[in-house]
Amino acid sequence: MARPSLRTRSPEEQAARSARIRASWLLSTPALILLTFAAFGPLLIVLAYSFVAPGEYSGVVWELSGQGWFEVLFTRDIFDDTVSLAQAHLSIFWRSASLSLLTTLITLIFGFPTAYFIATRPERQRPLWLFLITIPFWTNLLIRTFAIMEVIRNEGIVNTVLLNLGIIDQPLQMLYTYGSVLLGMAYVYLPLMVLPIYASMERFDFRLVEAGYDLYASRLDILRLIVLPIVKPGIVAGSILVFVPSLGAYVTPRVLGGGNNMMLGNLIELQFGQGRNWPLGAALSITLLIIVACALVFYVRAANREDPHG
Amino acid sequence: MKTTTRATLLTATLLASAGIAHAEGELQIYNWGNYTSPELIEKFEKEYDIDVTVTDYDSNTTALTKIEAGGHGFDIVVPSANYVPIFVEKGLLMEARPDEMENFKNVAPEWVDVPWDPGRHYTVPWQWGTTGVSVNTSVYDGDVNTSAIFLDPPEELVGKVNVVPEMNDVMALAIMYAGGEPCTEDRELLRKVRDTLVEAKPKWMSMDYGMTDKMSANDVAASVNWNGSSFRIRLNNPDVVYGYPKEGYPVWMDSVAILSDAQNVENAKLFMNFIMEPENAAMISAFARYANGITGSQEFLPDDMKDAPEVNVPEEFREAGTFLPTCPSDAQKLYTAIWTDLQK
Repeated sequence: MARPSLRTRSPEEQAARSARIRASWLLSTPALILLTFAAFGPLLIVLAYSFVAPGEYSGVVWELSGQGWFEVLFTRDIFDDTVSLAQAHLSIFWRSASLSLLTTLITLIFGFPTAYFIATRPERQRPLWLFLITIPFWTNLLIRTFAIMEVIRNEGIVNTVLLNLGIIDQPLQMLYTYGSVLLGMAYVYLPLMVLPIYASMERFDFRLVEAGYDLYASRLDILRLIVLPIVKPGIVAGSILVFVPSLGAYVTPRVLGGGNNMMLGNLIELQFGQGRNWPLGAALSITLLIIVACALVFYVRAANREDPHG
Repeated sequence: MKTTTRATLLTATLLASAGIAHAEGELQIYNWGNYTSPELIEKFEKEYDIDVTVTDYDSNTTALTKIEAGGHGFDIVVPSANYVPIFVEKGLLMEARPDEMENFKNVAPEWVDVPWDPGRHYTVPWQWGTTGVSVNTSVYDGDVNTSAIFLDPPEELVGKVNVVPEMNDVMALAIMYAGGEPCTEDRELLRKVRDTLVEAKPKWMSMDYGMTDKMSANDVAASVNWNGSSFRIRLNNPDVVYGYPKEGYPVWMDSVAILSDAQNVENAKLFMNFIMEPENAAMISAFARYANGITGSQEFLPDDMKDAPEVNVPEEFREAGTFLPTCPSDAQKLYTAIWTDLQK
């Protein structure tokens, strides 16, 4: 009713329109097929694996079993068959979640001022600063992680300097701790926070800040009432980009945690390797997927709720 | 001018590498990390004009899982003795009949009719050794010939011990420490083993591989380790000694086998025959520092190996060594359950 023009379309126009729709479906068919096979196919296999029984050495036996999902949360004692909550899994879930949240927070604390700095440079200098931010991407993640190891190991750069300055007399044990994993993750994911915040700040009109000062706003007020609401989409995007891969991080906790500070990614790998429990591994993978989906929904909702204008 | 020179150099390098890549054939070796002598590979490549690629794995289970999944493209794998029957049973190995090869006469008699491959129809010896503990004596100078180093660490080593995550070795050490035999299914004893491991774990710093580098660099003060690795650490870091746990320690052998879906079977057979030549077997040992099981290789070994306490088991500790058999699958299941719980 509101748009009568739609109703007055001639039959010729109608035909042309549906032909266009057919053509666009046809054109997107290859992409759709690829997506279905590459994204949903493997996912369906993982889902199927989570509902069957484990094979003797690896792989699965094709008989229906809820064991995989049962073991995500519960554990049966191998000696007296008592069932209890899987403490080990819960602590790994908690470690993954807390490490990812902390990583997001730390990258935000370091990334926001960095993005602000770049956005306030003269326009001709900005590409150079952005270029510097992307340099770490040139090197493989594994190599960067080993480089961090070189810095914090017992005879690494930090300990050597501190020992020579006489600040400590025993090397600090930094490698293979919760802190070393956190350091590694914050370093690796920092650019993913800086870039989206910068993107939203770049379009920011800094005359608004001047106007704020003219109206006697304090620095904090300007940050809270002018800058933050406008760059918020960037912060949300950056947080998602950091939080989601953090949850599934594998290399960093493996190398810097020394196999003792396992995260979800490592727990999943354990089930497909030495644990020889593919159904549990598959169930854990789906669990990770669900956690990520929940986190995404939560982020997006939170972002919309607090920002009625956006 | 400078750019031109660089471009020329680059082209030359490309051409040169293309020249190397154009070998008669290929060979894909899948072996434990830091275990394959580069000199040996180089010699083999030159002698037969074959391009060799070596890919690493860190544990028998990793190798088994990856090969069973298929699509790997490997020709040769080097499983431990207790894994060979599993590989064979699953049809993953080719009956390459190395016992009919020219150099087979060099295999030491005690390594010919082995329980995991009677008469050697599938495999040839690569290296054999023991699993014990490496300890940095500048951190702890007490008795090192005990599994208590990691199962009940002394004060000085708490928070500084590493345990290599190789299930069969660690379980065997823990079972023998508790007074059992490897492959036991005695539940009372296994419960004790689990409790000991679970109680000890908070005192460990890490469960990781790569001790040759990490103990050389003083990142780790003590670790469950293999004798050859410990030997290499000592050469870099003289404070590190190798302990033979008196409660019992595993003896093992890793053997070279051809995969049943190998693409380069003839080249793989050439390699098998090649490593049974004493001079070549000695190259394997000179790199990874384990004994090799080939008669006559002794005289080609570096001098420092001839009386090394890591390679030549001292008389007093010989009794405590047990060759690790393939455990029945029930035992294997229990161990896996204990082990997976421990790793979390």
